[in-house]
Amino acid sequence: MKKLILTAAALALTAGLASAQTVRLGTEGAYPPYNFINDAGEVDGFERELGDELCTRAGLTCEWVTNDWDSIIPNLVSGNYDTIIAGMSITDERDEVIDFTQDYIPPAASAYMALSADADVKGGVISAQTATIQAGYVAESGATLLEYPTPDETIAAVRNGEADAVFADKDYLAPILAESNGEFVWAGEEIKLGGGVGMGLRESDTELRDKFDAAITAMKEDGTLNAMIKKWFGEEAVVY
Amino acid sequence: MFSICADPATIEGLPWLLCYLTTGKHILFYTSFGVVLLLMLITAPAALAFGFGGAMAARSHFLPLSLIGKAYTAMVRGVPDIIFFLFVPIALDQGFEYLRHKVKCPDWDQPIWQGNDFVVCAEAKLPLSSSPQWIHESYGFTLAVLAFAVVFGAFAANVIYGAMQAVPRAQMETAEAYGMSHRQSFWRILVPQMWVYALPGLSNLWMILIKATPLLFLLGVRDIVYWARELGGSKTSHFDYPHPDWRVWYFVGLLVFYLLMTKLSEMVLGRLTARLSHGQATFAGEMQRKAAR
Repeated sequence: MKKLILTAAALALTAGLASAQTVRLGTEGAYPPYNFINDAGEVDGFERELGDELCTRAGLTCEWVTNDWDSIIPNLVSGNYDTIIAGMSITDERDEVIDFTQDYIPPAASAYMALSADADVKGGVISAQTATIQAGYVAESGATLLEYPTPDETIAAVRNGEADAVFADKDYLAPILAESNGEFVWAGEEIKLGGGVGMGLRESDTELRDKFDAAITAMKEDGTLNAMIKKWFGEEAVVY
Repeated sequence: MFSICADPATIEGLPWLLCYLTTGKHILFYTSFGVVLLLMLITAPAALAFGFGGAMAARSHFLPLSLIGKAYTAMVRGVPDIIFFLFVPIALDQGFEYLRHKVKCPDWDQPIWQGNDFVVCAEAKLPLSSSPQWIHESYGFTLAVLAFAVVFGAFAANVIYGAMQAVPRAQMETAEAYGMSHRQSFWRILVPQMWVYALPGLSNLWMILIKATPLLFLLGVRDIVYWARELGGSKTSHFDYPHPDWRVWYFVGLLVFYLLMTKLSEMVLGRLTARLSHGQATFAGEMQRKAAR
């Protein structure tokens, strides 16, 4: 009981001390190696490491929050968290609703992954995650688009034959392909989409955006960002 | 959790499984069962209260009140649940924050709506952005309970309204003959007798509520279905415990849980029906009377 009171008192104290603005970082937590929930139940991945580093450099207290991909933008603009850091590519459509920092991952390739290399990526059934640039591309490519709310389900759809191929960021697919024991292969050709991955913020939040922008610039200049990209996405990854 | 689990790559077989099933992520999965049960236990009485209020309002002789009661049941029953669950919590949240903003930051000069953005001063945020994560989660949970209570309350209101109408008129006439006032006959005669008529409808609602909890994730509360999907999905070597797509096993687990919940509910509801039928002028009540003789 005494311990309980002590903890409660400690909690109350820290709550009072933490008057400095806390920045809440929103992520999806289902897109390894960008961001995922690790076995301890915490947010992990490239963006976890990057986000923590950016917050340290900008002198901010940060807290991680996970949110469904579908409602990740509405919850940002209504103020449930302050940034989106979830492998989100910078596009004109999104830029109309929210603001982006400069990109922290350079524009990278998207690729088709299928059970056989001759899968019909132009006229077949292609799975992609809802509300991604890849889904938008498939819809216009002439193929039949099969959308799923989570990235993992797009892979499962190919495995059980519902889709001919999955179209996603190559960096996301690569580890899955490498560990599939030859079950998956690349199909079609790689396509460059989007303007790189950036951090999303509310349009009214220019002050916070400038802070993160400055921190990203600093990380690009001293090479820590490149090292981090190589650590999570492999030696061949596109760097700055 | 256990010392042998320090390096998962070196163990296999049963110890691996034991370590796998006790990871921090699995503990969160197990606690989410508690969250779901807690939600149901809080929502059920809250929805019943909303339903009772709605039914009383709909029966009112005061026209505006009865219109409000009827509009509530008609509107909520007519709107698809999924739209309701996306809209109500965000609207409630913004409503609360708007009111707090008006009280706490009277000299704020910027507009609250800036294009798509909803911006209130930092002191008006609910919960404050500096609050620890568990406060944010409890707040989300509270909004979820409120949304569930409003939706299921509307259905319950209709069931209870029908049950109140089903109580034999003769019972009320007798009450009036004894000189009871309107209020007295309502609380002493009508309400105790209507439950047996309401129970079949209410038990349906309870069963639907049990199965509706995956909607929680729309509200940011990570429930059992979210965790089952997340844990079961195939894992590459970025994770400590890589494995192929195991969702089917997790969903079988959920199936067992839901079936057990249904069975348990049926047993409790069966007892409740027997108890409420006691001494009632219904077929079941008559059967009990004959059996006891």
